[in-house]
Amino acid sequence: MSVLLDVKNLQVDLPTANGMLHAVRGIDFQVNRGEMLCIVGESGCGKSMTSMALMGLLPKRAQCTAERMAFDGTDLLTLSKKERNQIRGMRMSMIFQEPMTSLNPSYTLGNQLCEGILKHKKISRSEARERAIYLLERAGVPYAAERLEQYPHQLSGGLRQRVMIAMALMCEPDLIIADEPTTALDVTIQAQILRLIRELQQEFGTAVIFITHDLGVVARIADWVAVMYAGQVVETASARQLFSSPVHPYTQGLLNCIPVPGRTAPGSHLQAIPGVVPSLVGELQGCAFRNRCDRASTECTRSQPQLISVDGGQHQVRCPVMTQQWQEAV
Amino acid sequence: MPDFALELCGLSRYFQLKKGLFKPATVLKAVNNVSLRIPPGQTLGLVGESGCGKSTLAKMILGLLPPSEGDVLINDKAIDLSDRLALARQIQPIFQDPYSSLNPRKTIEQIIRLPLQLHGVGDAASQRRAVKDISDLVGLPERLLRQYPGQLSGGQRQRVAIARALILKPAILVCDEPTSALDVSVQAQILNLLLDLKQELGLTYLFISHNLGVVEHLVDKVAVMYRGQIVEQGDRDAIFHHAQHPYTQALLSSVLTPEPGLGLPELPDSSQWAQAS
Repeated sequence: MSVLLDVKNLQVDLPTANGMLHAVRGIDFQVNRGEMLCIVGESGCGKSMTSMALMGLLPKRAQCTAERMAFDGTDLLTLSKKERNQIRGMRMSMIFQEPMTSLNPSYTLGNQLCEGILKHKKISRSEARERAIYLLERAGVPYAAERLEQYPHQLSGGLRQRVMIAMALMCEPDLIIADEPTTALDVTIQAQILRLIRELQQEFGTAVIFITHDLGVVARIADWVAVMYAGQVVETASARQLFSSPVHPYTQGLLNCIPVPGRTAPGSHLQAIPGVVPSLVGELQGCAFRNRCDRASTECTRSQPQLISVDGGQHQVRCPVMTQQWQEAV
Repeated sequence: MPDFALELCGLSRYFQLKKGLFKPATVLKAVNNVSLRIPPGQTLGLVGESGCGKSTLAKMILGLLPPSEGDVLINDKAIDLSDRLALARQIQPIFQDPYSSLNPRKTIEQIIRLPLQLHGVGDAASQRRAVKDISDLVGLPERLLRQYPGQLSGGQRQRVAIARALILKPAILVCDEPTSALDVSVQAQILNLLLDLKQELGLTYLFISHNLGVVEHLVDKVAVMYRGQIVEQGDRDAIFHHAQHPYTQALLSSVLTPEPGLGLPELPDSSQWAQAS
């Protein structure tokens, strides 16, 4: 499989009144064609900032640096605004979290669906409409042709998210970034939308970066997972490896603190992770997770841990203590 | 001891939707003939999709919205909507969003103390003591009492909301999605706290949530609401292992547990459970 997106040492800094906020503190990842990468983490861990950096949608004051940020061989960092616009929407598109606010209330759905493709491709208005109807139908929107004349407020939340998905697919992009696309939806609708994303992804061979905080969702759809904490990737592995043998204490903590029907005894104490995430303003000394970690030693305060492979392969963990333990156990 | 801490008898709430000046108004039955009973010290979980009437129901129970029909009974007595203070001593809410449910211009101590002042309980010194005691109980460090909500994290704010709800020593708490705005690691802390408080104070909870994993963990009984009606209710194990209604079955099968390789559930068409209700 060929590498579609290759990111190395991506950093995003935001100046605030209290000093520089290091939202993303050096992350590396690769996405292969047709693959689903899930980035999972809690609020403020930098997952949305990462996606915004990839799309080139960061706020103006943000400073974004990287050693490498290559999309299908093109270096995204050196692109002019015009060249960037040609990639964005055409070869790389985005599904946002809030289907309520990410559609423009004053334009019809047809107008919004066709806008991108008319701009990017030499295509007639009626061809664009046909494609919009086809994709709406594929996305499970009933009465697709009539919907084109409707406005976003006439649709339910689940339907609006389906429209967003159809919109992201209009130009047949190589990469879709989905930022918490099901968080605002009911659980039954969530299951349907996730199925739809998975089906369309396999049908069109699109690569997807799926950003979420829900490990249940990750387990069911991901090929590859990156767990983020405080602006860094702390563990990355294939979905199967990550859930069957999580190594980083944060990953283990996240998995232990969700009540799972049938596995957690009702009414028993959950293994909560104590404390809160550290502030990302200013420099962090040592491991960012050490204050909430029950295995932290003095070593953890001294040096910044690096991502190291635990199995000699692609299962990488940013915790030398646990890596050593895991390797000894195996 | 009354048989039921909280009882709803045929509770309904209708809204008139006016389409135009001369067109007849249509009636939206937001809550339609709901009957529920919670014995003292137990937790009832209320689940359902957004817009099914869960929050309207909660508002009626709290006396914030008069019902169109039916009664709310607390300790076997119908609630008196004209005496809001008496009602507030018996039943208190915890809301979903700890960012908007606390006044940003008041210190944490003022927020927690306000119910005592409104009800004229004790003098200033005893009120301050009560605030300190309740903060200890919910795990709020004392130094936070002088700070403002904006300086606190989401989990800490929800602890403040719980402290404020408990300071009048009510018997019943109505928790409307109390953890859905929180991160999973913090959610576990708050759920543990709610479980501890239930045991220590013998509280009765009405726990409204769409997260079935959380509901199964916390509750004794479950009621499933769909389009304003309770379509199924019963003990936790009965609902979670032997659900009868197609909507309950669809809800249960859409719970995504963190087990890789299971794939996504295939759900029946929603018309199935719409017909069955």
